[in-house]
Amino acid sequence: MRDFAYHKPATIEAAAGLLATIEDARVLAGGMTLLPTMKQRLAAPEALVDLAALPLSGIAEADGVVTIGATARHADVAASPILARVLPGVAALAGGIGDPQVRHRGTIGGSVANNDPAADYPAALLALGAEVVTDRRAIVADDFFVGLFETALAPGEIVTAIRFPAVRRAAYAKFRSPASRYALAGVFVAALPAGVRVAVTGAGPSVFRLPAMEAALDKSFTPEAARAVAIDPAGLNSDIHADAAYRAHLVGVMAGRAVAAAIAFS
Amino acid sequence: MAEVVGIGAAPRRKEDFRFVTGRGNYVADIVRPGMAFGAFLRSVHAHAEIGAVDTAAAAAMPGVRAVFTGADMAADGVGGLPVGWGIVGRDGLPMKEPPHPALAVGKVRYVGDAVAFVVADTLEAARAAAEAIVVDYRPLPAVVDMAAALTPGSPLVFDDVPGNLCCDWELGDAIAVDKAFAKAAHVARLKLVNNRLIGNPMEPRAAIGEYNAGTGQYTLWTTSQFPHVVRLLMGEFVLHIPQHRLRVVAPDVGGGFGVKQFHYAEEAVVTWAAGKLACPVKWVCERSEGFISDAHGRDHVTEAALALDAEGRFLGMKVETLANMGGYLSTFGPNIPTNLYAPLLSGVYTTPAIHCSVKVVFTNTVPVDAYRGAGRPEATFVVERLVDVAAIEMGIDKAEIRRRNMIPAEAYPYQTPVLVEYDSGNPRACLDRVVELADVAGFPARREASAKAGKYRGLGFSTYVEACGLAPSRLAGQLGARGGLYESATVRVHPTGQVTVLIGTHNHGQGHETTFAQIVSDKLGVPFDQVDIVFGDTDKVQFGMGTYGSRSLVVGGAALSKASDKVILKARKIAAHLLEAAEQDVVFENGKASVAGTDRAKTFAEIAGAAYVPHNYPLETLEPGLEEQAYYDPVNFTYPGGAHVAEVEIDPETGVVTLAAYTAVDDVGTVINPMIVEGQIHGGIIQGVGQALFEHGVYDPDSGQLLSGSFMDYCMPRADDLPKMTTTTQSTQCAHTPMGVKGCGECGTIGSPAAVINAVVDALAPLGVKHVDMPASPGRIWHLMRNAGLAQAAE
Amino acid sequence: MDISFTLNGRETAVDVPPATLLVELLRERLGLTGTHVGCDTSQCGACVVHVDGRSVKSCTMLAVSADGCAVTTVEGLSPDGRTLHPMQQAFRDCHGLQCGFCTPGMMMSATDFAASHPAPTEAEVRHWLEGNICRCTGYQNIVKSVIAGAAAMHQGTEA
Repeated sequence: MRDFAYHKPATIEAAAGLLATIEDARVLAGGMTLLPTMKQRLAAPEALVDLAALPLSGIAEADGVVTIGATARHADVAASPILARVLPGVAALAGGIGDPQVRHRGTIGGSVANNDPAADYPAALLALGAEVVTDRRAIVADDFFVGLFETALAPGEIVTAIRFPAVRRAAYAKFRSPASRYALAGVFVAALPAGVRVAVTGAGPSVFRLPAMEAALDKSFTPEAARAVAIDPAGLNSDIHADAAYRAHLVGVMAGRAVAAAIAFS
Repeated sequence: MAEVVGIGAAPRRKEDFRFVTGRGNYVADIVRPGMAFGAFLRSVHAHAEIGAVDTAAAAAMPGVRAVFTGADMAADGVGGLPVGWGIVGRDGLPMKEPPHPALAVGKVRYVGDAVAFVVADTLEAARAAAEAIVVDYRPLPAVVDMAAALTPGSPLVFDDVPGNLCCDWELGDAIAVDKAFAKAAHVARLKLVNNRLIGNPMEPRAAIGEYNAGTGQYTLWTTSQFPHVVRLLMGEFVLHIPQHRLRVVAPDVGGGFGVKQFHYAEEAVVTWAAGKLACPVKWVCERSEGFISDAHGRDHVTEAALALDAEGRFLGMKVETLANMGGYLSTFGPNIPTNLYAPLLSGVYTTPAIHCSVKVVFTNTVPVDAYRGAGRPEATFVVERLVDVAAIEMGIDKAEIRRRNMIPAEAYPYQTPVLVEYDSGNPRACLDRVVELADVAGFPARREASAKAGKYRGLGFSTYVEACGLAPSRLAGQLGARGGLYESATVRVHPTGQVTVLIGTHNHGQGHETTFAQIVSDKLGVPFDQVDIVFGDTDKVQFGMGTYGSRSLVVGGAALSKASDKVILKARKIAAHLLEAAEQDVVFENGKASVAGTDRAKTFAEIAGAAYVPHNYPLETLEPGLEEQAYYDPVNFTYPGGAHVAEVEIDPETGVVTLAAYTAVDDVGTVINPMIVEGQIHGGIIQGVGQALFEHGVYDPDSGQLLSGSFMDYCMPRADDLPKMTTTTQSTQCAHTPMGVKGCGECGTIGSPAAVINAVVDALAPLGVKHVDMPASPGRIWHLMRNAGLAQAAE
Repeated sequence: MDISFTLNGRETAVDVPPATLLVELLRERLGLTGTHVGCDTSQCGACVVHVDGRSVKSCTMLAVSADGCAVTTVEGLSPDGRTLHPMQQAFRDCHGLQCGFCTPGMMMSATDFAASHPAPTEAEVRHWLEGNICRCTGYQNIVKSVIAGAAAMHQGTEA
């Protein structure tokens, strides 16, 4: 790794100030993606602003809204009794990210801000219509995930929390790359009051929704209905582990499994 | 354990205490005074001419001590990396053996080929400087596919190797095979790929070079399976350092599997750089760097055919293989797909006529060499897949067709038509045992249960034999080996009766410190905890060929057994003197020399004491001291074998193959430590399972980039991918090794790929699937199922 | 920058450049070479240590992030270096290691798991060990070791 300056501010304001004044400063949360990138010398920021000292790791529920602090670790989300009660699909998703050691360090805010095309959380945010809360504003998930490793975050903007609706009938299923264990195709299905939403990760350049499947599940929230929807492979990723046709097939299979899991939760 | 622990016991391993307490001593752990750090700049092109290499900016960076290129080494008279085995083609001409400089000269031939080496005060400075080197690459078209490489007009890896053909090699009687095929009632044919593997021992390679200007002594610490051979190859052929001025130390090594049994460029570069700069130079490979610089394994494409009579008896076998060498010849590269491959094509069967031809091919890929099993898994895969194809096509039960063709126990020693003579074995007994242990009779019910759950289930056999205990030097020499393949051991008895063994094999996980101590404890009657094993240091150990090819116990253990016998012989002479008896009346057993038929005896420690304090000692006829050395050169290979059964379940929705059960019955000869043997078999099986289900070194055919260049894309078997295995041994004794041992390090890896793939094909047989290439990854299986479904729908 | 933390039970203060990974601090500055580096993509688990009681990959954590924490490495499992921790003993008894390179990380992962799982099933152990790669053993004896080690760790502490 190349040298950098390290800052561990005690307040959001101080963190924002550092990010505003230092050119090429990066936010450090769990470091699960940023540090490997820096080790490989693919990134060499001037400074890191570590969020570890900020009080952002809480998980709370009020009036049907679940707020997960940006620095909540995956392991804590997975083990949260609040989530087990009101949003079990997200707890289960968190419990399946990476491996135990990754879950002990990785954070929801880091995962969301990074928007890796194979990350799990973006699917949950998009399907649940979550809001990304920053030090400046709240951004709805539909506007947040812009493209490959790209989000609506402005330079220096800090994710502070994610706000989810409390929905029991919502679940995630993924097919993992046998090598990296990242999602080759991950599908989050959520039965919201306004209708079913389905979001796919791992299969395309960035997380995306499946309107045809949402319509089908609105009519019949069953695994069979999910599987009956033809998925167009056009535009899906193709690599040595899965070509687009296989990924398209897996999206349907995982959607069916996610629906089955959501029914089991509800 | 303050008592004798003999052959067949399972004491806890001696080496484990240091490992479980974090006190292992691996090369990366070693710190030398004044040590500098090295980093390689490696080619990003698969094939390119190298123009100017501008090192000025890099050399001027802070902390940089030197930047070296291939031209610098050539100017200093440094030689190329030698090949330890030369093969001869069917035309009688030797293989093409182009130069292999430690740092590339003129051209780079694969992504990862080392171009320059930076030495700096810190690793970070060395890496930063390596990035600042400007290389004027002139990219050339690359070729990674063997068939393409052999096609006229293909890019040439070496300008003076036409058609990229290193050697066109053959073994066997083509005329006899043609006759067999002419009278066959059925011919089974198969085209298959043996997938490229990347060995990935968990410890990445590392090397530290050091030069003592006061004594002229060089030292190399390296992650090697054979330090004496590295000393010989590097000292004599590359750096021209006399053997007595070069010490090579391979301390604790974190797994080898063949990957660490070659002399690598990096070893020579750090040693040479240490001499140039008069400071120790350390290089530790990063994993992703290892992917493009550790020698790879396997990578064959084969067309094979088996001729059978109407009863399913094998009449003849014909095998044509393309074997990838990569961009240069690695130390043993050409030997693996030839001498360690074709002689195993008889398998455990009485096939009377076999012919094998192998085209050994250069491509723009990482050099290919031995990986656990080395040639023998490839042969077993061809034979055992073909047998299954024949059984299916002829409607014969897969166990029955094997029984019908197996070499009967009473036919040993058995001369195969492909060079080797099996000394011992009983494949039928292994097969019968595995059929029982794996509950093959209960399989239809299990298949039914899987079907009810919507899954396909399959069962596959592999009955195999391997040649190991490398190797009889005379035969190896006839086959092109450029060195001997014996082993040596010294048994040093201390004045107080404890024993230090100095042995030329190398322990990197196999448990030698324990197994060898058991042999000595058993023979000399010395308590197990009073025997220590020393290895891996050319300044301590007399000589040795190292550890590979399941040879350590077979060849090294035999040397140790012989040396122990010499100690006993001398101890009896000393005891005869001390006991005032005739030597022939002195019996040595249970750690005591006694006069037969009396209670007069001397303990081993008393004898040792007399040898080192020779006040009452036959100095006229006997030298003082009690230390004996033996070299052992085997008269034949050993032939472990066995029968394996794999059972798989396939999810038709996703194509995921789950290994549901694995049962292995292996004939490894005499078992010294059953706990260690079981562990070796477990690990071996899973490496073969890895090849069958998960692992694949993949190159982009156009760019020549390695697409599976990290653990993100190269799938290592993990705990949650695997079932609990059932393993046991069913041994016959080797006829020619002192203890009857055969070796067990590779049998799992050799037996398992065919068993797993045969099970996968069995599971998919209802869909009309006839063959599945490795690895049987989910995507590949899903496409096979879909195509089979489309084909069935079209019918 | 100056950091202080508890390392294997002892207060430790060091001055490290920020661009230092925890594993580099442990191995290169503090000489604790029992923690190994087996990959550069945070997957193999040879570098697993405990930070505040939780297993983490020390190759993917900055040393400065350990400021104020309690860090335990393989060298800290057996405080006197002679009496083995029950998990160390189990790995030795069950032949849960061969070359020994993955072993420290494997045991650190296992002790974290076993602290809350006194009687795990084989499937639970295999699932937990997803982040630790072993190339030698085929995992069978590692799984056996973890189950035996977990039982031994909880012996006498009836649930």
